[in-house]
Amino acid sequence: MTTILTCPFKKLPTTSKWALRFAVQTKTKKTLAKPNIRNVVVVDGVRTPFLLSGTSYKDLMPHDLARAALTGLLHRTSVPKEVVDYIIFGTVIQEVKTSNVAREAALGAGFSDKTPAHTVTMACISANQAMTTGVGLIASGQCDVIVAGGVELMSDIPIRHSRKMRKLMLDLNKAKSMGQRLSLISKFRLNFLAPELPAVAEFSTSETMGHSADRLAAAFAVSRLEQDEYALRSHSLAKKAQDEGLLSDVVPFRVPGKDTVTKDNGIRPSSLEQMAKLKPAFIKPYGTVTAANSSFLTDGASAMLIMAEEKALAMGYKPKAYLRDFMYVSQDPKDQLLLGPTYATPKVLEKAGLTMNDIDAFEFHEAFSGQILANFKAMDSDWFAENYMGRKTKVGLPPLEKFNNWGGSLSLGHPFGATGCRLVMAAANRLRKEGGQYGLVAACAAGGQPSMVVCAYNSSYSGG
Amino acid sequence: MVACRAIGILSRFSAFRILRSRGYICRNFTGSSALLTRTHINYGVKGDVAVVRINSPNSKVNTLSKELHSEFTEVMNEIWASDQIRSAVLISSKPGCFIAGADINMLSACKTLQEVTQLSQEAQRILEKLEKSPKPVVAAINGSCLGGGLELAISCQYRIATKDRKTVLGVPEVLLGALPGAGGTQRLPKMVGVPAALDMMLTGRNIRADRAKKMGLVDQLVEPLGPGLKPPEERTMEYLEEVAITFAKGLADKKISPKRNKGLVEKLTAYAMTIPFVRQQVYKKVEEKVRKQTKGLYPAPLKIIDVVKTGIEQGSDAGYLSESQKFGELVMTKESKALMGLYHGQVLCKKNKFGAPQKDVKHLAILGAGLMGAGIAQVSVDKGLKTILKDATLTGLDRGQQQVFKGLNDKVKKKALTSFERDSIFSNLTGQLDYQGFEKADMVIEAVFEDLSLKHRVLKEVEAVIPDHCIFASNTSALPISEIAAVSKRPEKVIGMHYFSPVDKMQLLEIITTEKTSRDTSASAVAVGLKQGKVIIVVKEGVDPKKLDSLTTSFGFPVGAATLVDEVGVDVAKHVAEDLGKVFGERFGGGNPELLTQMVSKGFLGRKSGKGFYIYQEGVKRKDLNSDMDSILASLKLPPKSEVSSDEDIQFRLVTRFVNEAVMCLQEGILATPAEGDIGAVFGLGFPPCLGGWSRRLGKQLTLAWSPCCISFNELLFLYSGPFRFVDLYGAQTIVDRLKKYEAAYGKQFTPCQLLADHANSPNKKFYQ
Repeated sequence: MTTILTCPFKKLPTTSKWALRFAVQTKTKKTLAKPNIRNVVVVDGVRTPFLLSGTSYKDLMPHDLARAALTGLLHRTSVPKEVVDYIIFGTVIQEVKTSNVAREAALGAGFSDKTPAHTVTMACISANQAMTTGVGLIASGQCDVIVAGGVELMSDIPIRHSRKMRKLMLDLNKAKSMGQRLSLISKFRLNFLAPELPAVAEFSTSETMGHSADRLAAAFAVSRLEQDEYALRSHSLAKKAQDEGLLSDVVPFRVPGKDTVTKDNGIRPSSLEQMAKLKPAFIKPYGTVTAANSSFLTDGASAMLIMAEEKALAMGYKPKAYLRDFMYVSQDPKDQLLLGPTYATPKVLEKAGLTMNDIDAFEFHEAFSGQILANFKAMDSDWFAENYMGRKTKVGLPPLEKFNNWGGSLSLGHPFGATGCRLVMAAANRLRKEGGQYGLVAACAAGGQPSMVVCAYNSSYSGG
Repeated sequence: MVACRAIGILSRFSAFRILRSRGYICRNFTGSSALLTRTHINYGVKGDVAVVRINSPNSKVNTLSKELHSEFTEVMNEIWASDQIRSAVLISSKPGCFIAGADINMLSACKTLQEVTQLSQEAQRILEKLEKSPKPVVAAINGSCLGGGLELAISCQYRIATKDRKTVLGVPEVLLGALPGAGGTQRLPKMVGVPAALDMMLTGRNIRADRAKKMGLVDQLVEPLGPGLKPPEERTMEYLEEVAITFAKGLADKKISPKRNKGLVEKLTAYAMTIPFVRQQVYKKVEEKVRKQTKGLYPAPLKIIDVVKTGIEQGSDAGYLSESQKFGELVMTKESKALMGLYHGQVLCKKNKFGAPQKDVKHLAILGAGLMGAGIAQVSVDKGLKTILKDATLTGLDRGQQQVFKGLNDKVKKKALTSFERDSIFSNLTGQLDYQGFEKADMVIEAVFEDLSLKHRVLKEVEAVIPDHCIFASNTSALPISEIAAVSKRPEKVIGMHYFSPVDKMQLLEIITTEKTSRDTSASAVAVGLKQGKVIIVVKEGVDPKKLDSLTTSFGFPVGAATLVDEVGVDVAKHVAEDLGKVFGERFGGGNPELLTQMVSKGFLGRKSGKGFYIYQEGVKRKDLNSDMDSILASLKLPPKSEVSSDEDIQFRLVTRFVNEAVMCLQEGILATPAEGDIGAVFGLGFPPCLGGWSRRLGKQLTLAWSPCCISFNELLFLYSGPFRFVDLYGAQTIVDRLKKYEAAYGKQFTPCQLLADHANSPNKKFYQ
């Protein structure tokens, strides 16, 4: 789970000379700046179009996609390559050949070979981890300019030989004489050839994410209809945003040997009747999570330029947002796997000194309709807050009119490693467009582990 | 929402239970107070589905009693008569239990065979009606569904079970010396096939939900839910009900078929069973196996086969008739009565008679990582106790930790645990060579070598580092606790906790208190033991340290002694033997310590050295007798005394002496009740005939026993489920006569004790009234 807060630029510290220019803003809320800590800003962020896996990106490798996002970012921001201090990418299912995909992509995108790069992984919030790692590096004064991003290519996943086969092959490598080799080969059995597939399942519980989501929906008594309605909302809003050209973080990608891809291809508003016809995908035959109300397997990459505020200003940028407080939480990986946003939201708000009412744009990762709705119910329940969160009162519901207004992972797609940057950019762009001040980003992630919240502040640089 | 539910509940009492409108319901309620008296079963209607809820009052479990029976019949008749109801769901209101089986008290109360047979026939009748119900009935199972509960469930048209660990299905009647008497012997073979049905009925084993689904015993599984807007257990029950209702509707609308698609193997088996010759072979094979394992001692298994056979070969009518008759016959047998008594005794020993301890034990420390120490660690860590395992040497510690890991890993192999759960359980264990962390320990259990001075040394060492509230428990099997406690600064915190080897398999824990042991210390020890899943007997250690151990430890007591001695370690046994010899003198005479001495000198130390009475090899399950033992045994053979050496005499010599010792323990106040003595005898020796799979275990033990007289001993004693029950059923007078005969031949160790003599003199005196 990831959560991000975006907050307006109004109450900048007076020491910041350019802040004075925005003194005429209508809303005046407090600044989230902290004394003695550098302000971190998002200059801009881009992403490749998110595509259903197995479509136009299917012949690429993950670093190809990541490279596309990086070149897109270079193009969009015109940042000189040599000023970039560090590059961090998130990814979940790693291509073994490019295990440090950040480095491979950076080299291919023409970044300086003197710029170090590393890859992080934290399930569905890997990109969030990349961003917050960058925030940490800047805030602590280690770096000034960071590129953070994420990539996932679900069209191709590492399918392995069985452990027995791998062991045999490795032993064969070490065998010195023909006799040894023959005796090893004689141990071969046909079942060694059965492959090992990676599953979108928890290692600790062996439960697939969809199965867990279905149970979660049942635990909170979320009906199939509610889930379908929410999914329809996501698709409709995404379609609207796409048609109105609001998804400005998307950069076209000319796929080698294929047509240029310009937009996300998973947005498919359907009808409730059509959706009702689908059979449950995980808990058969009576479950409620279906293909239509879950996020789909997606290929895509995203990248974002993060700087220390003074550096950005010195370079003449008009940053899009501040990145403020963030928080990771974790829970029981079996029964509370997808409840991260519920736990993280109140904590990060508290940390930032804000309340639900202060937030103008919510961007929550939509893994499943049922998961989002279960989180809503948990946030709206005093009983849950008392018994599981150690709070006296409920967290409170995010108002739906401020929630994922430009679609979400259900409709836009969810390339595991890349979604975090999309969420932050969506929040930042929405704040600018809608004139809000604070945004909150949240996501759930596998491992039951992380829920992170970043707090960002919308700047009105474009106006000034 | 809540209001709707409340109304739903009220409406179940109404004569018109249609939810036409809320107004109606209120009126219905006022007119239906007469029906509010139903205490075991009630029902509500949701749409056109009746939800029947089973809830035995004042009990943790639902049992099939006469009241439940009649109320169930009543409710079902109403459902069948109602025009508005098209289907029904059967569910329990207790989260951990669907129906745990028939009410044993109801069966024990029956005086005549006819009474029991009639009970069975009544149950058969209602279940037959249920099976032929024109309106589909779905059983929604969460928790134990055993015996009559399962028979009820398989009479329904559809079964949905939660995939919870607590959800188990089975027909354990055989363990009580009976058979499934409510149509189970007839329906089960049809449902899961003859071989699987016989296996279930003959072993009485519990089947987990996922396995039950594969076998075709249940049709759907429901995953247990986590936290939501209500406690997980409560919401899981609701969810189960919701799912069951959708299936009930689907069945009524014919959208779902109750028929199950059978796999290829199942189809082939089913086909094979249509051939009379194959069937005969199956019966024959099973019968042979049963005869071999039970030595024809337990009548129930053979009768079960017989009843199943009758049903298949002569049709259901004959089958049902035979089932009810044989059920009656079996329940009236002494074997069944003994097993039921043992069951009661065991329930008794699962309670903490000292009440709740002041402080829960959360941190446990175990001294000595030997077989016992590691075994105790294993049964503690998997119950969530933070456990320190301390040994003096790294090799000893390594071996102990390996043992714990292996025990857990075996569970993974059997799919009782996931590898992740194993790892997280194993992380509760800390292995170390020093006393670090002992300052947090709530209880220390020592399992060091049986040597008083060593025990004194560790007790002093430990007392220097543990907090004031910490309890010191000794796992000694031979040394008097009061002597161990003699050097303690706080003898009220010293207690004996005697586990039996192998700890993870043996259910018994014997807790030994001294004069000085405080009540709270006892309460803590019992609480820990119960947490570890043990059946507990508490014995008092008098001023004269006579111990119940003579009953339950290996020495002087040849039942499976070979195996036991090997497990414990021959050197340990020798040590124990010498100590006991010193303390008990003549009363403990008869065994020959020379045997153990010679074994130790030859390096036959039991399992740990690979050789003892048997030969042990890693990865080999079968145990072969150690042929090198023959010469030792031959050299030590006693010349037989002809007048008391018939086969029967050999058996009775062992039995009567054992019984005499047991009665003496009661007489001297070491044992509080006869029930504890019986439980101690049966469980301490590792043949729990009334718990989990005796046929496998007993069979194994029998083949392992090293002399024919041991087998006979088992037969005699365990048939009657403990020494006290044996006296009651066999007659004190007969036993005393035998004892006197042997006393004349062998000496004082056979002198009948006073209490036994009293019982012999007044034939009306019984240990169990």
